[in-house]
Amino acid sequence: MGMTVVEKILARATGQPSVKVGDVVEPRVDLAMSHENGALVINQFLEVFEGTGLEPEVWDPSRIAIVFDHRVPAESSKTAGNQKKIREFVARQGIVKFHDIRGDRGGICHQILPEYGYVLPGAVVVGTDSHTTSHGALGCFSFGIGATEMASVWTLGSVLNVEVPATIKVVVTGEFPEYVAPKDLVLHLIGRLTAEGANFRVIEFHGDTIRRMSTSGRLVVCNMTVEAGATAGIVPADAETFRYLTEEAGVRAEDVPAAVLPDADAVYAQVVEIDASKLVPQIACPHTVDNVKPIDEVTGIAVNQIVIGSCTNGRLDDIEIAAGILKGRKVAEGTRMLVFPASTRIYLEAMRRGWLATLMEAGAVVMNSGCGPCLGIHQGALADNDVALATTNRNFRGRMGNPKAEVYLCSPAVAAASAVTGRITDPRKGGF
Amino acid sequence: MSMSRVVMKVGDDISTDIIYPGRFMATVLPTETPQFAFADNPEFTRKAKAGEIPSGGVIVAGKNFGCGSSREQAASSLKGYDFAVVARDFARIFLQNAINLGLNTVICPGIEAEEGDEIEIAGGMVHDRTSGRSFPVEPLPKARQAIIDAGGLVAYTRRLLLAKHGR
Repeated sequence: MGMTVVEKILARATGQPSVKVGDVVEPRVDLAMSHENGALVINQFLEVFEGTGLEPEVWDPSRIAIVFDHRVPAESSKTAGNQKKIREFVARQGIVKFHDIRGDRGGICHQILPEYGYVLPGAVVVGTDSHTTSHGALGCFSFGIGATEMASVWTLGSVLNVEVPATIKVVVTGEFPEYVAPKDLVLHLIGRLTAEGANFRVIEFHGDTIRRMSTSGRLVVCNMTVEAGATAGIVPADAETFRYLTEEAGVRAEDVPAAVLPDADAVYAQVVEIDASKLVPQIACPHTVDNVKPIDEVTGIAVNQIVIGSCTNGRLDDIEIAAGILKGRKVAEGTRMLVFPASTRIYLEAMRRGWLATLMEAGAVVMNSGCGPCLGIHQGALADNDVALATTNRNFRGRMGNPKAEVYLCSPAVAAASAVTGRITDPRKGGF
Repeated sequence: MSMSRVVMKVGDDISTDIIYPGRFMATVLPTETPQFAFADNPEFTRKAKAGEIPSGGVIVAGKNFGCGSSREQAASSLKGYDFAVVARDFARIFLQNAINLGLNTVICPGIEAEEGDEIEIAGGMVHDRTSGRSFPVEPLPKARQAIIDAGGLVAYTRRLLLAKHGR
């Protein structure tokens, strides 16, 4: 019987000729990522070693990445204390894939990992963050775990008791119409599958639209598969993956592993077909990500805060689209616009190209790279009854720090056009 | 399990942002996280402060309980109350975190119960002694049972670590 991409990766990571759905396996881990919640991982890791008489040592410091992004710079002494504790642990254990709060090599973990070539095709990647699904964009099996699970990985180098997940195949064909983007594709998919439609499953992407899509777009799509409950999203690696890794991520050509491709007779739990040429801009309405509507049904809703950024849509192409729409225009009075590039590398490049100046001249506030307002911790909080329109990934009640506010999710083009009018606006209609 | 009372009834897709809002994520110790459980729910917060949320109560939930962020505080904050969560089903990461920490999670696809009902979980069934109705429990994913049997993932990992070192 043929295997899907993730089945093949798991077979290889467990040294078996094959695995099948439901098998319980313990794959070795190629990369284990944490952010500030590394502080909790450290607690649990030390507890594992307690009373054993063994020195607490991680299994392989070269395979651990820690990226500060959730609260940067620290918003409280408590966070600063957590970050300090992690810094000390990183130094003691010899962890080198560490990205502190810095303007030259900082950013959101899900941008840093691809950008620095830490994730490669065929790898098993785990992260203490649900959006670890992002890295499937590079053709690896990448999924989110909790802090205690990570402590176990740091100890043993493998993930315990993983049930081989079934796979949903999504085939996307056709050209995106103007102002329709990978974000609209994934929102549409989540709306179709529902918030739990892919629970305990992997979503494997195929079709000519995906083949033509840049790695940046694939990261958007894989990032949000978790909003349909998926364990992971994955785009089988191809020429674009190779291009991205060698040209943008600094990986030597000889170090890029061969792509893992599905067998022709691989078995899928479900097949979903999407015609990209028929898509219109999509909006996820409050308070669940699967409450997705075509933009026509929500245009005109007044917006207090526009947010462009996050691990979903804070990349260079996203900022380019926003700057293109806002050039020579102004953010509407009464509407705030916040932009936070996903990494400092993106920030610097967007600055060199003049796009950040364009956005600021239009009235946007450009914030430092990090998770920023997305999860309502310390920047860009909302007032009671405020409405936010964001290119981020979640709109759960309270997500942006206030359960009495509403969050709508959209693409960068919709966010930028709506900033001009102060209302949810269809960028295809021009003029605004 | 002996008789317990339903202390809270919630619907589908209860995210970890609702169970444990992001702004409290700098708090990580399981001894400290329970104070922020359902922090944006004024009713729960009031009752918790007044000591009206008994330890060992039951939360009855719809589908996809614990969706969203992987934050483990969502599970540890509920574990602090020694709750059992009886849901139609759970999101993957939350379920795994709960099992790793020893929070009692019960998958019960047909569950219907009201706040205040007396619940007993026994013999693969959830019995609502108030309404007189019973609902079958779905076994947890088989891969999880070994961790529960070991008393949680920390203990389970420690055992494997010691075995690796021949102890």
